[in-house]
Amino acid sequence: MIDWGRTCLITVTMLGGLLTLASLLIWVERRLLGIWQERCGPNRVGPGGILQPLADMIKMFTKEDWIPPFADKVVFVLTPAIVVVTTLMTFAVVPIAPGFIVADVNVGILFFLAMSSLAAYSVIVGGWASNSKFAFLGSLRATAQLISYEVFMGLSLMGTVALAGSFSLTDIVEAQRGLWFIVPQFLGFIIFFIAGLAETHRAPFDVPEAEAELVAGYHAEYSGMKFGMFFVGEYLSITLLSAMIVILFFGGWHGPVLPPVLWFLLKTSVFIALIILIRGTWPRLRFDQFLSFSWKVLIPLALINLVVTGGIVLARNG
Amino acid sequence: MEILFYIAASVAVLATLRVITHLHAVHALLYLIVALIASALIFYLLGAPFAAALEIIVYAGAIMVLFIFVVMLLNQGPLTVEQERRWLSPGIWIGPSLLAFVLLGEAFYVIMAEHAPSHDLVYVQPKEVAISLYGPYMIAIELASMLLLAGLIGAYHMGRRRGKERR
Repeated sequence: MIDWGRTCLITVTMLGGLLTLASLLIWVERRLLGIWQERCGPNRVGPGGILQPLADMIKMFTKEDWIPPFADKVVFVLTPAIVVVTTLMTFAVVPIAPGFIVADVNVGILFFLAMSSLAAYSVIVGGWASNSKFAFLGSLRATAQLISYEVFMGLSLMGTVALAGSFSLTDIVEAQRGLWFIVPQFLGFIIFFIAGLAETHRAPFDVPEAEAELVAGYHAEYSGMKFGMFFVGEYLSITLLSAMIVILFFGGWHGPVLPPVLWFLLKTSVFIALIILIRGTWPRLRFDQFLSFSWKVLIPLALINLVVTGGIVLARNG
Repeated sequence: MEILFYIAASVAVLATLRVITHLHAVHALLYLIVALIASALIFYLLGAPFAAALEIIVYAGAIMVLFIFVVMLLNQGPLTVEQERRWLSPGIWIGPSLLAFVLLGEAFYVIMAEHAPSHDLVYVQPKEVAISLYGPYMIAIELASMLLLAGLIGAYHMGRRRGKERR
């Protein structure tokens, strides 16, 4: 039977940790971007500017929470929650350390894919419910982008599943005891990383919110904490993407000397920093270019990767 | 377990009812998504986690996104809500409800009859699903994939630009 006390403890730790991390990432991102662009970034509030998220939060909460009269009110209010809820749900199947997992389901990867496809609704429906041109254009772009990139995000992971022989994330981490899957699944890693970036609609794939052309895209009409929720959702998705990369391709908690939890957190933070670095260094891609890139390059590559991996697994097992 | 099933089932039924009765197309589709998620939960409770995950990934996550996309593009205003209201007059409910009651009666009879479905659940691992898909149901899979490929080629053909080719 379920050990309720332990599960509750893990859930509370994860929730607290994740929400703190999400707000901390606001500061981390702005500070890192500042350093990489040879300026200071926010460094006034608290030591090194670490209290900046708190100041931002106070600002968000005290701002006027404006619902446009032309918006679809119920849907407009509900959508920012979708992305946060689905992303937090996904963390339930993420194994941080041996046994440190909320729900060790045997279809962990599929759960992750399912939740990430549901998270798309917050962008799509949010832009529609705003009932304004720029937001709507943003959500139209988001729909095309998320559908295109969702297709092979799943396909790129199937090579890993074939090697580990299981959909369970714990089993996949255990299967990497000897060799991290980054070596046999390098192509899969690249494809998953690109697809994941597109799913989180971060730069260079942030055309749904392209502020240069669409004001702020799908969340142009949002203000106050509803706007803040989109941001919390975005930082949670970045954390989730990094955690999934670590679990699927970089051996999860495995590593010498240091305790497993520390290894996991260390690897995850490296990828979070990498994603921020990509934002700081890459220009935004043109919409039609990266859609055709997904259908004409990445899907065939993902299929080839799957076929070759399947062949190798079949040959090895005799 | 039983109580979870009943909760999920009633959510599914209520959401589906709202799908039919709602006058606003996008709101109806949002209810349909809820209904699909509820049925995915039912699949999970009945011991088919793989089917549950696929239900969300394929139906709630991909097909419904396309539906919403199309409905959003059509951008139906208050006029269509009026039209829906006229279409949903009480008169049109008679036929479907009669037919549905026939089915309901049949379902009651089946449940009350001696061969009621047993309650001992079999937990179906993803691997077993895969083995049966590529074993006994091989031809069905191949036929379905051929159909999908034909659809894909057809869509590509229709979407192709004639005349000046632009990248």
